[in-house]
Amino acid sequence: MIYADNAATTRMSEKAIHVMTQVLQETWGNPSSLYEHGQRAKTVLENARGEIAALIGAEAREITFTSGGSEADNQAIRTAAEIGRSKGKKHIISTAFEHHAVLHTLERLKKEGFEITLLDVHENGLVVPSEVEAAIRDDTCLVTVMYANNEIGTVQPIREIGEICRRKNVLFHTDAVQAVGHLPINVADEPIDMLSASAHKFHGPKGVGFLYCRRGIRLVPLIEGGAQEHGRRAGTENVPGIAAMAAALRESCEKMPENAAHLIRMRDRLIAGLSAIPHCALNGDAEKRLPGNVSFCFEGIEGESLLLMLDDMGIQASSGSACTSGSLDPSHVLLAIGRVHDVAHGSLRLTLGEDITEEQVDEIIGAVKEVVTCLRGFSPVWRDLTSGKKPFIL
Amino acid sequence: MALYSEKVMDHFRNPRNVGVIEDADGIGEVGNAKCGDIMRMYLKIEDDVVKDVKFETFGCASAIASSSMATELIKGQPLSEVRQLTNKAVAEALDGLPDYKMHCSVLAEEAIQSALEDYSRKTGKQV
Repeated sequence: MIYADNAATTRMSEKAIHVMTQVLQETWGNPSSLYEHGQRAKTVLENARGEIAALIGAEAREITFTSGGSEADNQAIRTAAEIGRSKGKKHIISTAFEHHAVLHTLERLKKEGFEITLLDVHENGLVVPSEVEAAIRDDTCLVTVMYANNEIGTVQPIREIGEICRRKNVLFHTDAVQAVGHLPINVADEPIDMLSASAHKFHGPKGVGFLYCRRGIRLVPLIEGGAQEHGRRAGTENVPGIAAMAAALRESCEKMPENAAHLIRMRDRLIAGLSAIPHCALNGDAEKRLPGNVSFCFEGIEGESLLLMLDDMGIQASSGSACTSGSLDPSHVLLAIGRVHDVAHGSLRLTLGEDITEEQVDEIIGAVKEVVTCLRGFSPVWRDLTSGKKPFIL
Repeated sequence: MALYSEKVMDHFRNPRNVGVIEDADGIGEVGNAKCGDIMRMYLKIEDDVVKDVKFETFGCASAIASSSMATELIKGQPLSEVRQLTNKAVAEALDGLPDYKMHCSVLAEEAIQSALEDYSRKTGKQV
């Protein structure tokens, strides 16, 4: 089996499993309890907070633990919106290809009277900083742009966007769920006000994440009912998950240079191999992309069939086709970079893990070639394209 | 729990009657690439019986399996029977489809009916 869907989730690291199990068995007290057993859990919690903060250049008090990336995104955006509302500023800037945790929150705010501007991400899947600047108005209360896209892997010019926001005195949030643990991030050095992360994207457990929020910005709680997390999030803390997240992030950050170098080599080998398939195209910029992300569109075939056939061959991947999204429309990300529906249905995302080998990459290339050829063999669309009845798009 | 029944996966992995009939008596096509499903059915008809049937499909596993099963259900059948084929029969023969995939079986029914209409148009015969 070759697991090539690491953007969906990653396997927990041995270290993270060990830490989590240990906390479950030994430090299972409630961190809010005053006796020794509770306070030991509190220590585990605060050590994890300190460790995570240090790994991204933040202060411990700037880290709030959440149930994951979606909650962190919701809370960051809600917070900026409340601050904006209190000042009569009800304009938010984002991009057309954000995660739905961001887009759906913005849609909700729109119904509450906010105006939303979604920036173009162009054919290469990159936001242009000058377009952020041009979109900022006197009543803009937030700019939220993802650090790296979850489907096509493009890494955004976060520093440039952040500098513009800082200069214009507008809050800047980034959904860094795909970036944390994979790209070097230092909020002491980068002008980021809020940043969302999720543990299971960097070999930590599911159901836990964090929101970095720069000192001086008061987070609005989404969950009421207790004084945990300094009143920013009620509910007994997920101590085992949080401790495991810290362990996983430490490991990912320590190994980042060697992992990234290896993944980029594997990624580029895979891109080169798949590019040899006729009438296909890489989605997103070839260089400004996550080390492990490969995303392609193949003309004349449909993505769900493609990935189920790959599954039969022992390769797990993902697609942005309508059938995999549960709606009639293919992925909003692929539409945002200008892929027409016909082509967007034939998408394939392969997100590699650090343990991927050259042999496995070659196996993926061979399997994808075989499956694409097979599906095109009985596709009426492919017949029309090859017979000249319809023009090729790719 | 698997997404699809064993039967759907079998027809997806080993689709029956795949291909083209060059001198087809009736050709039907439904769906569009925008929505992600296109089915094309080719019928060879002799003495009011489906002598041969082939299909080509662009779509998800359930679309491919629905086309394949539909061809199996009508092959060798008199046109009067073929006319009665419903999407429900296709879905049932596949041991069911997830709710949001039922439209794939509808497409299969429509592709066959469209091919029959094409046959009527070409031959002037009522079916």
